[in-house]
Amino acid sequence: MGKIFLYVALAAVLLSGLIFAPEHAGLAIHPTDQFLVKPLFGGDHVAWYTPTNVTLWLALAVAAIFALLVLGSSARSIVPSRAQSVAELAYGFIYKMVEDVAGKDAVRFFPYIMTLFMFIVTANFLGLIPMSFTTTSHFAVTGVLAIAVFVTVTAIGFALHGVKFLSLFWVSSAPLPLRPVLALIEVISYFVRPVSLCIRLAGNIMAGHAVLKVFAGFAAGLSIFGFLPIFAISAFYALEVLVAFIQAYVFTILTCVYLKDALHPSH
Amino acid sequence: MASNTHDAGHDAAHGAADAAHHAADAAHGSGGMPQLDFSTYGNQIFWLVVTLVAIYFILSRIALPRIAAVLAERQGTITNDLSAAEDLKAKATEAENAYNKALADARAEAQRIAADARAEIQAELDEAIAKADAEIAAKAAESEKAIADIKAGALDAVKVVANDTAAELVTALGGQADADAIATSVADRMKG
Repeated sequence: MGKIFLYVALAAVLLSGLIFAPEHAGLAIHPTDQFLVKPLFGGDHVAWYTPTNVTLWLALAVAAIFALLVLGSSARSIVPSRAQSVAELAYGFIYKMVEDVAGKDAVRFFPYIMTLFMFIVTANFLGLIPMSFTTTSHFAVTGVLAIAVFVTVTAIGFALHGVKFLSLFWVSSAPLPLRPVLALIEVISYFVRPVSLCIRLAGNIMAGHAVLKVFAGFAAGLSIFGFLPIFAISAFYALEVLVAFIQAYVFTILTCVYLKDALHPSH
Repeated sequence: MASNTHDAGHDAAHGAADAAHHAADAAHGSGGMPQLDFSTYGNQIFWLVVTLVAIYFILSRIALPRIAAVLAERQGTITNDLSAAEDLKAKATEAENAYNKALADARAEAQRIAADARAEIQAELDEAIAKADAEIAAKAAESEKAIADIKAGALDAVKVVANDTAAELVTALGGQADADAIATSVADRMKG
């Protein structure tokens, strides 16, 4: 049965390639068009308050999170429904991460880290819907997230430990002559953190989406062999699903690591 | 795939000017990458901050306390159920012990009753046997006495018959039967 469906699907792909192939095969590869910020209700000018496609997909992310975590858990059942058990899994996953990576005293920052994770993972997955707009592929978005993490963690460090927080950069276990050099390296690496957080997330998401668009462009240019890139897109899409989750996970766990540094700066 | 890309490269040349124009148009001449179009940054940052604040309030005010409560409640239910199970198990063990004790008691009682009955029966039996023995002994003594009487009677009768027979024999042989002499000699014979 499965085999028959597979053959039918293949035949359908081939036929549609024959029927819908453009008259003259031309490449239409615009991999960056999907990242354009456009006003939702016409016009060209994007002011800071203009509702744009960014606004739309951010709002959809909020709606998705609300649906999953609030509506999903509204039954409050002891034996959870599917949505509720996903919500509980997400809760348990991040709670355990905060507790294990950043320590027990970091649990008071759990709502902030949960916010961060839920936003990134939801935005990433919403971006995988065809024709959608991926908010996390923009440096403006990931940059704000990264800077927020950096500033918050640094503020927590100084608020809790005062000047002693600087001992984070002073590797007391290294030989004394090496320490100033190491301190310089530590300071540089500390300030590179937000940059790497920002670029890692946006870069991964942007690259994956651009590659999908490039393959899609090939499909238009290959007439009856157009199904080959479509297969490649299917395979790559699976990888993108993985990346969407892993990048959210990496961003969150690095935030926890930085938080641990702020709470316990001594090496 | 490599040859495909090659063809693609050729074809791309045709639409290159068009594409470049399009991209430049779209991204306001910022090198074709909308991510580097700083004119949209203010907009994105504004809406992102609104979004994050919204998500934070949804999570911290509604979702997280609710999920935490559900998880705690479930944990409580599980703990309660476990302790209830523990209680029930203890009760079951207790009941089993009571049952075993009752069983042992009943068995001991039964043994006692059986022993009592056996002793009682034995006593009755002994009594009956003794009574029977006594009766038998009495009967035996009576019989012996009767036998002795019969024996004694028989001897006297024999003596009378012997005297009479001897007197008749003496008379028949032509002698004079002397009763005393015959009695003495018969008595002498019977002794010997």
